[in-house]
Amino acid sequence: MRTFDYERATSPAAAAARVAGTPGARFIAGGTNLLDLMKLEIETPAHLVDISRLAGLDRIEETPEGGLRIGALVRNSDLAADRRVRRDYAVLARALLAGASGQLRNKATTAGNLLQRTRCPYFYDGNQPCNKRMAGSGCAAIGGFSRNHAVVGASEVCIATHPSDMAVAMRLLDAIVETVRADGSTHAIPVATLLTLPGDTPHVEHGLEPGELITAVTLPPPIGGTHVYRKVRDRSSYAFALIAVGMVVQEDGSGRVALGGVAPRPWRVEDADALLPRGARATVEALLTGAKTTSENAFKLPLVERTLVSALAEVRP
Amino acid sequence: MKFDTPATGNAIDRLTIIGHPVDRIDGPLKTSGRAPYAYEHHAAVPNPAYGVILGAAIATGRIRSIDTAAAEAAPGVLAVITYENAGKIAQPKGPPLALLAGPRVSSYDQAVALVVAESFEEARAATRLIRIDYAREQGRYDLAAEKDAAVMPPSIFGGESDTAVGDFDAAFAAAPVRFDQQYSTPDHSHVMMEPHASLALWEGEALTLWTSSQMIAGARRAMAMLLGLDPQNVRILSPYIGGGFGAKLGVRADALLAAVGARAVGRPVKVALTRPQSINNTTHRPATLQRIRIGATADGRITAIGHEGWSGNLPGGSAEAAVQQTRYLYAGADRMTTTRLAVLDLPEGGAMRAPGEAPGMMALEIAMDEMAERLGLDPIAFRILNDTQVDPENPERPYSLRQLTRCFEEGAAAFGWDRRRAPGAVRDGRWLVGMGVAAAFRNNVPMKSAARVVLNRDGRVTVMTDMTDIGTGSYTIIAQTVAEAMGVPLDSVEVLLGDSRFPVSAGSGGQWGAHNATSGVFAACMKLREDVALKLGFNSAETVFEDGMVRAGNRHVPLAQAAAEGDLTVDDAIEYGDLDKRYQQSTFGAHFVEAAVDAATGEVRVRRMLAVCAAGRILNPKTARSQVIGAMVMGVGAALMEELVVDRRFGFFVNHDLAGYEVPVHADIPHQEVIFLDEVDPISSPMKAKGVGELGICGVGAAVANAIYNACGVRVRDYPITLDKLIGGLPAV
Repeated sequence: MRTFDYERATSPAAAAARVAGTPGARFIAGGTNLLDLMKLEIETPAHLVDISRLAGLDRIEETPEGGLRIGALVRNSDLAADRRVRRDYAVLARALLAGASGQLRNKATTAGNLLQRTRCPYFYDGNQPCNKRMAGSGCAAIGGFSRNHAVVGASEVCIATHPSDMAVAMRLLDAIVETVRADGSTHAIPVATLLTLPGDTPHVEHGLEPGELITAVTLPPPIGGTHVYRKVRDRSSYAFALIAVGMVVQEDGSGRVALGGVAPRPWRVEDADALLPRGARATVEALLTGAKTTSENAFKLPLVERTLVSALAEVRP
Repeated sequence: MKFDTPATGNAIDRLTIIGHPVDRIDGPLKTSGRAPYAYEHHAAVPNPAYGVILGAAIATGRIRSIDTAAAEAAPGVLAVITYENAGKIAQPKGPPLALLAGPRVSSYDQAVALVVAESFEEARAATRLIRIDYAREQGRYDLAAEKDAAVMPPSIFGGESDTAVGDFDAAFAAAPVRFDQQYSTPDHSHVMMEPHASLALWEGEALTLWTSSQMIAGARRAMAMLLGLDPQNVRILSPYIGGGFGAKLGVRADALLAAVGARAVGRPVKVALTRPQSINNTTHRPATLQRIRIGATADGRITAIGHEGWSGNLPGGSAEAAVQQTRYLYAGADRMTTTRLAVLDLPEGGAMRAPGEAPGMMALEIAMDEMAERLGLDPIAFRILNDTQVDPENPERPYSLRQLTRCFEEGAAAFGWDRRRAPGAVRDGRWLVGMGVAAAFRNNVPMKSAARVVLNRDGRVTVMTDMTDIGTGSYTIIAQTVAEAMGVPLDSVEVLLGDSRFPVSAGSGGQWGAHNATSGVFAACMKLREDVALKLGFNSAETVFEDGMVRAGNRHVPLAQAAAEGDLTVDDAIEYGDLDKRYQQSTFGAHFVEAAVDAATGEVRVRRMLAVCAAGRILNPKTARSQVIGAMVMGVGAALMEELVVDRRFGFFVNHDLAGYEVPVHADIPHQEVIFLDEVDPISSPMKAKGVGELGICGVGAAVANAIYNACGVRVRDYPITLDKLIGGLPAV
C-alpha cells in the first residue's frame, strides 16, 4: 500500500470539488473493495476523501412520484432489509442478499456497490498483463482462465465481468443515479448508461466526470409483478455469480429480465423483454445476440437459458 | 517402552477419562484470543522488526539483476535480503525445494527478496520498490502434456513405486466383466486459517524460532541444515497452530527468511505469508491423472485390479501416491499399481490431508460404483463381496482389525440406504435427489514418540513433549492420557507442547499424531508409576492409581507424597517392534451422502452426510468427531469446488485467494453424522487406538460423485464436479 493523504468531506459538493482538484484523489465510503485493491497496489490513490460521514446520504426516502430515493451511503444490509424495498422491489432485496457476506453487506454502500471493480483474477495479480489495470499491457484472461468471464459486451482487449448483484436489480428496475459535480451542479444518469463497455479502453468503467459523486439512486414507482433473482454459483453463498437472472413478470406474462455474470455491466436488452411471453429461448437469443465465448465459459449460454426456463416455471407454475 | 506384542489389559482400559467427550482444554484460550500464534508472541519478543516477502513474478527463468536501492532508501527499511546477500543457504536434494530464488527462479511467487522494516506497512510498501529484471523461460506446466515423459519415482511413502502380484494383464484380459476408466483430480490448496508465520530471535549463534509447524523436530533439523547450524543451537517453538493439513510439515520461506533477516538486522524479525503466497509460495496437493482397471467374475468377484497414477512436481519433489489404497482395500488375486512422476515447473507439490488416499479414493471409489452398476450389484454388496481380512498382496499377513463390512452395514441401516433408487428416479421439486456411498481407508502409522512427565509435591503432573496441536485436540487427549494413567483429575494435569527442548514426539501428520503421541505419554506415565511405587514402598505390579491416591491392598497413600522431597521426573518413549510387519494396520470407514442436483442449473447441494468409522479406540469422541466432520467438509470441497487453476502459459495458480479458491461455506454443509464403531485394536498401540483425522476425508469425494450420479444420471470423472460438467447431461428443460 502506498502512503496517502486522508480527509473527511464536509459536503457532497465540497467532496466532489476536492477530488476533482486533487491529483490522484479518490472517494472512500465502505472501502470493501478499494482497501483490498490499495493493499495490492492495484489502486494507488494519493489522496482519499472520506464521504462516509456525510449527513443525509444514508436515508431511504419516498419520492413525490411514488418511488424511492436511496442515499449513496445506505448500506447494502439496510437496503435489503427496508420494508418498502422488500415489498415493492423484492428483486433488489434478493439480489443484495445474494451478494457478498453479511459482514461485507454491513459495510458496503449503495453507490460503492455500483462502482465496484471486476474480480477477474488477472486484474488482481500485478505480475500479469491486464488492460484494465494498466492500459495497453494486454489481457491475460483471453487465452487464460476465463471460466467466470463475459460472453457479451466484452471486447478484444478485455473480457472481465462486473461482479455486482445489486446492480443487476437496479438495471432491471430502471434506477437513476443522482450525482453532484465539482461545480456543484447535479445530474441524473440512468444505471443503464452509468457503466460503460470496455471497447478499446477497459480501464474506463463509467462516464462520471473527475470528482463527480453519486449522491443517491432513485427507483421509479413500483411496477408490481413477481420478482425473481436467481444467482447460480459454485457454492451456496459468498461467491460471485457464474450467471444471475433478475426478472419481474406480470400476470399477463409480460415482464423484464436482466442478467449478471455475463457482461462487463448488468446486462439487459429491452427488445428481449418483449419476447418473455414467448419463452426463455427467444428471450435468451435476443439477450445474448453476438455472444462470444471461450472454451471455458461457453457453458454460460445454455446455463442462462436453463436458469431462465426454471425461473419462469417458478413464476408461472 | 517397547511395544512388540499386542496390548493386554492396562491402565487406559479403565476408561474413566479416556473415551469421554472432554471439551478441549485449550478451548477457552483460543476462543478468548489468548492462545498466542507464531506471529503473536508479543510478550516474549516486544520489539520485532517486520519482514515481508516479495515473490517471483515469473514461474521459470533467471534473475538478470535486482535493484534494491529504492527499497533500501524507503522509510523504515532496515534491510533488503536477496540471494546476493543472504549468506550461505544449503539446498537439500529433497523438500523444501529452493525457498529463496536466485539467480534461478524455479516457481511462481518463489521468494526473491525479504524486506525488513520497522513496520509491516513500511516493509510491504518497500517490496514494491524492488526492480527485478527477469529472463523468462518456458517451463512445463501441463500435467497431461507431460504425462508420457513421467518416470518411476524412487519410492512412494518410503516403499516401492510399482507393485505387482500375479499376472494382472492376463487376469484382466480373461475376466468375464472388465472395467477400464480414467479419472483426474486437480491441484488443491490447504488454505488453513493461520498462514505460515515465523518470528526469529538470535542470541549469539543460537536461534529461537517461533513458527507454525506440525513437526517440531523436523523443523529444527531443517533450520539447522539450511543455515549450517548445530541443531543444539536451534530452538523451535510452536505451541498453537491454526491448522496445517500438511502445509506445515516442513519449514517454508517465512521461517528461513525470518532467521536470515533477523541475523542481518541484529534484531528479532517476524514474517507471515499472505494468502496469495500461501497458495503459490508454499506447497499444494498435486493434481493426478489416474487409470483404473477392474476385472471380475459375472457374480462380482474381483479377479484383477490395477491402478495407475500420474502426478508432477519440481525436480526432487515427491509423487502423489494416489494408487496406495488399491494395494490393500479389495481382494483380487492378480493386481498391480504404478506411479509415475513428471517434472512440472509449478510450485512445489507436497502432502495435504491424506496424501495418496484422498485423491486415490476419489477415483477408486467412483470406479467401484461404476463396476457395481455394470455387474448389476448394489454398490455396498459389491464392496462387501470383495472385502478381505488379509493384505491382498501378502495373504499370509492378516489385518490387525478390519471391520469395513460392519461400517457399510451399520451405515446403510442408519442412513436409509434401502431408499436409494435408480439414477434420476427421485425428484423433489426442482431437485433431482440421489444417494452415494464410498469406502474410507487410510493406513495406521506406528511411529516412535517420546514424552517427559513430572510429578510435583502438590500431586500435579506436567507432561512435556514436542508434539503439536494443530487444532486437532492433542492438548486434550494427552491430558486425558495422563489423568487416566496416573489416576488424577484432568485439572491436575498440565500439558506443554510444541517446544524442541521437550522429548521428540511423532508430531502431527498422516493421522499418526494421536495414537503415537498418547502412547509415548502412556509409556512415560507407566515409568513414573514405577518410580512412585518405589518411592512409596509399593510393589509396582499391584498398585492402583486412582483419585489422586496410590493403593495396594489396604494401604493407600496420596500420590503427591511421592514427590514430597522433590519433583519426580521421567522420560520415556513408545517404540514399536514388528507388529506392523506382521499385521497390516489400517483404519476403515464408510461414507454416505445424499445430494440434490438442480435439474435446470446443475447446482449441487449435499443434503445429508454420514461417516461410519472403525479406527480402534476413540480417545475422545468429541475431538475425534470434530476431526472427521472437518475432513468431510474438505471432502465436499474436493468433490464440488476446490481446484487450483493452472495457467498453462505462465505456470502459476491463477485463483490465488479465497475469493477465487472456493472452499465450502456453512450453507454448503448439511447435517453431518459420525458413528464410531466401538472397537479396540490391541495390535496398534498400548492405547489400542489408531488414526482417524484423515480417514474422514478418504472416500468423501467419491461418495458425493456417486450421489450426484444417482441423483441425475451424469457421471463426472474429472474433479471438481462443477455444474458446467453436469448441465450437458441433464434432462432438457
